[in-house]
Amino acid sequence: MNEERIREKLSILADAAKYDVSCASSGSKRKNDNGGLGNASNGICHTYTQDGRCVSLLKILLTNHCVFDCAYCVSRKSNDIKRAAFTVQEVVELTINFYRRNYIEGLFLSSGIFKDADYTMERLVRIAKKLRTEHKFNGYIHLKTIPGASDDLMYEAGLYADRLSVNLEMPTKAGLKLLAPDKNRNDMLKPMGFLKNELIQFKEEKKLFKSTPMFAPAGQSTQMVIGATPENDRQVLVTANHFYKTYNMKRVYYSGYVPISNDKRLPGLNTEVPMVRENRLYQADWLMRFYGFKVNEIVNDDVPHLDLDIDPKLGWAIRNMETFPIDINKADLRLILRVPGIGLTSAAKIVAARKFGKLNWEHLKRMGVAVNRARYFVICSSSGFERRDLTGTRIKQFILAESSSKYLKNKPNQLSLF
Amino acid sequence: MTTLFYDGSFEGLLTAVFDIYTHKLGLVKLKLNGAYDTALFGSEMTVVTDEAKAKRVLKGLSDKLTSGGLQRLYAAYLSEIKEEDNPVVGYIRYVFDSDRSIEENYGNKYVRRVSEIVRMVRREKHRMEAFIRFQKLNDGTFYATVEPDFNVLPLILRHFKNRYADQKWIIYDTLRAYGLYYDQHRVEYVTFDFNTQNNNGLVSQYDSDEGIYQLLWKDYFKSVNIAARKNTKLHLRHVPKRYWKNLTEKL
Repeated sequence: MNEERIREKLSILADAAKYDVSCASSGSKRKNDNGGLGNASNGICHTYTQDGRCVSLLKILLTNHCVFDCAYCVSRKSNDIKRAAFTVQEVVELTINFYRRNYIEGLFLSSGIFKDADYTMERLVRIAKKLRTEHKFNGYIHLKTIPGASDDLMYEAGLYADRLSVNLEMPTKAGLKLLAPDKNRNDMLKPMGFLKNELIQFKEEKKLFKSTPMFAPAGQSTQMVIGATPENDRQVLVTANHFYKTYNMKRVYYSGYVPISNDKRLPGLNTEVPMVRENRLYQADWLMRFYGFKVNEIVNDDVPHLDLDIDPKLGWAIRNMETFPIDINKADLRLILRVPGIGLTSAAKIVAARKFGKLNWEHLKRMGVAVNRARYFVICSSSGFERRDLTGTRIKQFILAESSSKYLKNKPNQLSLF
Repeated sequence: MTTLFYDGSFEGLLTAVFDIYTHKLGLVKLKLNGAYDTALFGSEMTVVTDEAKAKRVLKGLSDKLTSGGLQRLYAAYLSEIKEEDNPVVGYIRYVFDSDRSIEENYGNKYVRRVSEIVRMVRREKHRMEAFIRFQKLNDGTFYATVEPDFNVLPLILRHFKNRYADQKWIIYDTLRAYGLYYDQHRVEYVTFDFNTQNNNGLVSQYDSDEGIYQLLWKDYFKSVNIAARKNTKLHLRHVPKRYWKNLTEKL
């Protein structure tokens, strides 16, 4: 192995791949039942970068040579950067050796497009196949599928990978047209539709034949860049919701645009990464997937943007004060989940524990409820509840005043002692 | 109030529960043998670990608890948390004294405390599954040292056995001076005497490829960082400093 060359390649191709935000290694159920190496059933973050993001997979590009010229991408054709390409064998060896040392959960492989879609996709599939068949590797494999690749290759990819994804890139068709004129939204939707049907078909066949080979057990996901184009949060979330519903996506990722180009179609190089907005979008995404919220309850014509100061659940609650207060000891789980300060785990605990006796503030606190927020919205077996008839705006002020979130744009003034 | 002295083992703890019921004790404090008892009043008793008694208590527990509940209780014991009003003992007594399942009664202080402890122990277990870094020795064995906050080696055994079925590995807890050794068939508990074996000698026993892969991993860790998104507070919350000395990428 040529040490210097491989180090250089890794730094170029890891650097180019890092803007893909997905790091999930969970959701698969691949077991190590062939006496080989690894399993993919856990979802572990092995380390965290200095920006606090999880590092779970070896996330690299096969190559950063690309025939496309998308304005938001570092690997775009017109960008003057160093180019490199791994061989199939190099990727296989890196993956196996990192995995054996417990550095990673598996491989996240993407690629710039060289020659054409099929040519590129064929190589990605070959790597996955080699890992699975020659090395009995059962770790997690996430393949980025290349828009426009043939159905046969997509199908083969599904046989070896745990998760497949096609990047949507921009939340709307217009956004994509503006920044990536060579790309076509339909080329992205076609493979998504194909995968969705294959996944359904696999489920049907599995019912009949237990021996049906696994097909992308962790499903498919997609990603869009936020803040590069002028879409509002409503457009973003409606799009996400559409992909969850229509394409059975496991996840939609939101990637805050990191300025990498002085192209005048894009925000300038000194713009900040919209991290708060990204965070609020993920919170809204969780509300849609786990908390039973409909997308138009979170964002609608009156509320096209999420409030950056407070989380979207609190935002919904103060717009819908007529729903509250609810009685913790009686209300449906569905309603308890809608209370700000109560999460999935504590909601389940509340419903389990109240069978044994009435719950009060102390109980709620010990179960992990953020009582400082929840207290405006619930009553429980304790006389010390909020009696004032507060408006939503007042509650927001109270909560913000005692909050020390790093996301606060306008910190409440603090008196200085000297 | 009775103070019970025991040897710190799980069997010892179960024996203590047996003795509590035999002697119909009320409030108890649990202390390790040799610990200093500060109470002015109340009696003292020494628990002699007895496998037969422990087994009977365990049998009783497995009749009244779900298997998950029993596992949680064992995980709570592994925390080695020394509280005089021992939550594991309190929990077991509560199980025996109730005629229905109490596993989800988070209103009870022992159930709540055990659930808190289990959460901490499981987090440590999960951290070990994430932060263990193997180094390849020239005989093909993969070696890792750890210093976990709680005694979690028994809990991570199965994970590593399933995952690294085709390689020999050792995970050594340097704080508690014992480790796990997997020989591609089964896992054994082992202890090393580092005074007689030359610890520094280990370095010369690394596989010839070990250095380059450590280097590549460190390079990779640097390349995936996005400087524009720096967030040290979040980084430290996920990877507390006390783990750094065993993390290749942080050395």
